[in-house]
Amino acid sequence: MDILITGILLGGTYALIAMGLNLQYGVARIMNLANGEMLVAGAFAAFWTYTAGQVSPILSILFVAPLAFAANWIIYRIILMPLIKRAKNQGQLEVDSILATFGMGFAFVGIMVATFGADYFSYDYLGDGILIIGNTFALSRIVAFAAAVVICGLLYLWLFWSRPGTAVRAVAVNPQAAGLVGINVRRVSALAFALGGSLTAVGGGLISTFLTLDASIGVLFTMKALIIVIMGGVGDVRGVIVAALILGLAETAVATLIDPGLTLAAAYLIFILVLLFRPQGLFGKPTS
Amino acid sequence: MTSREARTLVIAVILFGLAALLPLSGNGYFISIGVTIAMYVVLSTSWALFSGPTHYISLATAAFYGLGTMIVATGIETVPYVVLLVISAIAGAVMAALVGLATLRLSGVYFVIFTLGLAEMIRQLVSWLQNNLGGSRGLYVLTDLTEDHIYWELLALAGFVFLIGWWIGRSRLGFAMRIIGNDETVAAHCGINTARSKILLFMVSGMVAALVGALLAPRWTYIEPNIAFSPLLSFEVVIMALLGGTKRLWGPLVGVIPFTILLELIEANYPSQTILVLGIAFLLIVYLVPQGVVGRLEQSFAKFRKGGT
Amino acid sequence: MASDKIVLSVRGVTKQFGGLTAVDQVDFDVQEHEVVGIIGPNGSGKTTMMNLISGALKLTAGQITLQGSRISGLSAQDINRRGVSRTFQLVKMLPTLSVIENVMAGAVFGHKRRWGHDAENFAHQMLNKVGIDSLANASVSSLTYIDQKRLELARCLASEPEILLLDEWLAGLNPTELATGIELIKALRSEGRTVILVEHVMDAIRSLCDNCVVMNTGQKIAQGSPAKVLSDPEVIRAYLGDDDA
Repeated sequence: MDILITGILLGGTYALIAMGLNLQYGVARIMNLANGEMLVAGAFAAFWTYTAGQVSPILSILFVAPLAFAANWIIYRIILMPLIKRAKNQGQLEVDSILATFGMGFAFVGIMVATFGADYFSYDYLGDGILIIGNTFALSRIVAFAAAVVICGLLYLWLFWSRPGTAVRAVAVNPQAAGLVGINVRRVSALAFALGGSLTAVGGGLISTFLTLDASIGVLFTMKALIIVIMGGVGDVRGVIVAALILGLAETAVATLIDPGLTLAAAYLIFILVLLFRPQGLFGKPTS
Repeated sequence: MTSREARTLVIAVILFGLAALLPLSGNGYFISIGVTIAMYVVLSTSWALFSGPTHYISLATAAFYGLGTMIVATGIETVPYVVLLVISAIAGAVMAALVGLATLRLSGVYFVIFTLGLAEMIRQLVSWLQNNLGGSRGLYVLTDLTEDHIYWELLALAGFVFLIGWWIGRSRLGFAMRIIGNDETVAAHCGINTARSKILLFMVSGMVAALVGALLAPRWTYIEPNIAFSPLLSFEVVIMALLGGTKRLWGPLVGVIPFTILLELIEANYPSQTILVLGIAFLLIVYLVPQGVVGRLEQSFAKFRKGGT
Repeated sequence: MASDKIVLSVRGVTKQFGGLTAVDQVDFDVQEHEVVGIIGPNGSGKTTMMNLISGALKLTAGQITLQGSRISGLSAQDINRRGVSRTFQLVKMLPTLSVIENVMAGAVFGHKRRWGHDAENFAHQMLNKVGIDSLANASVSSLTYIDQKRLELARCLASEPEILLLDEWLAGLNPTELATGIELIKALRSEGRTVILVEHVMDAIRSLCDNCVVMNTGQKIAQGSPAKVLSDPEVIRAYLGDDDA
């Protein structure tokens, strides 16, 4: 039972992070391997606002989100658009964006380490336990989960009930057709990329309330986000949520029952199973 | 063999001969750098054998390398060194086959993602196995092998890799890989078993990387999974190969030498900035020299020749 | 002209994409030395049919056999090795290979495997057959559209296939090029090759095809000689609104 709830709490937060990558890869079609670093950036921001200003990390979302949005918009325009214009096909764009985002991610880590050192950072926010069905859970995890649910819910509503949101979904399904019906694919892609980065940064802030992080841990989160996005089916929102919950549960189960040091192996096992049996993901369309 | 090929062969043999003379200098520092350079030459050239024509970026080098190192470290007390080398090579090939079967039938993105975390995952597995099956984390590797020996071994392996690369380039497999790299649908419709070709070539690459790890194990006297599975190794190899250029067999070599020297300088003066340097290198490659330095030079030569006549 | 031996047999072939049935229970045979045209309005499932035969897509139901043995369900590479070669609607070149190497690609791995000088010589013969042997060492990017199409054809012929699939091979050609293209296919026909054409160009259909299969919204609506099907009221109704060539 304990595993179930902790797993769900973790999975919910993972969903928010993976949602960011889902928008970036599924809509803007950029394999952003610096995604984890954006998460760490959001975590750092929350850390500083809490330790320096005693401001709740939840409130820090209010300025982290727009800042991250702007930063990612700039990244898309300046770093990624030249590659998009240059690429002759999707395959080449993927290779180029992988290399470029690696470069970005590493540069970011290098700068972070140089400026603030490679130490781990964590802080105690709402660390008190809450009793639910006989087990104690950190309030911070619950609050993070709640925030993630709210944000994902808002995102879902926006994607399915608003015009720009529908345009985003259209580009995810078929960019060429979307262009033909009058959608400005470039702008929508930039919007999706910026929004995705913003979600990831917010997720980072939320995760920092209950996990210990350091400047170089971004890669691990990028991996998990990638596994979730692929498992769910690239571009599909429901898929991401389901896959994130599955991963959260699996990781928690393995950490509790077998060994906390095998969480990545557990994630990989799931990834391998997906690749072997359903590479398009749970909600994706089968490739011919 | 054409006269041009014969000329290339002679030059290669001379260069190898010269390189083999390095340990005779007696200068420990030079020999040490020589070993590092030789190591990177082998790793990046064998990396380019697969990732060059297919454009599937492999980040699994560290996983194979670590596997080779750990095999030697685990078995050195009980099994002869040469046998361990053979086991490492086979293990590398087997692991490559498994990874290949899982990912190479799909598009390149899955492959990159899978290999991204592979080294870390295997490191976790090995640590867990060590903790739970008894045996300590750290293993001692004490042999009579000196850096000189390791250098010559690596040089021999490098020669082997170049020979294999040359042979593949003239073989059906090499032709198939070039076609696959151009258009995989056409390749399939020409009768090429694309998955099998990719897996075979990946196995060669993995086998070599594992062997390098095994050969280098005696350099460390004390080995832990953290040391064996170095997270940055995969990225360094990718950068060196791409920096040099993967169209030519000797392209990666051009990237290895300057970059290794650069890394040594950074290690000596700004040790915590290695990651930043790698990041900048990636960005430089993507924006300035996507075909590598060799590719860029050849393009310029071609233009120059066209303009000149 | 056609012999009685059946080279390709299509039975009950169906392809569904989710809710859309692109090909619906189609049957036909192709006899040796026959040129069969698959025609029909846009969206009728013709190219899907080609994709099913060549193995680019998997069947939802039905069966396709080549010279008596089943090929449906095999991978594209296996089907090619059994003797099926095809061109693509959008010409697919191998840009970093030279023209001669593009043709050799067809000769090395396919139905009849060749290597080295043998493959190169045969590739030259194929280039000669389609009329562009003079361009053997050119780069692919320098070729005109019709020459690219000829190259693709040479690549197909290089594996000495049992059956050749031409997917709208005459599309996008100007009148001069079209005449050249039709002559080329006529030459293949008089060699005795077995061909399936998907085409829109009516002149070509009339002059090249022994037999026609007409498709509309996935189903076969008529079969027979070009003269017969093109005067069939059902067929004319299906094409209504289309520009005839």
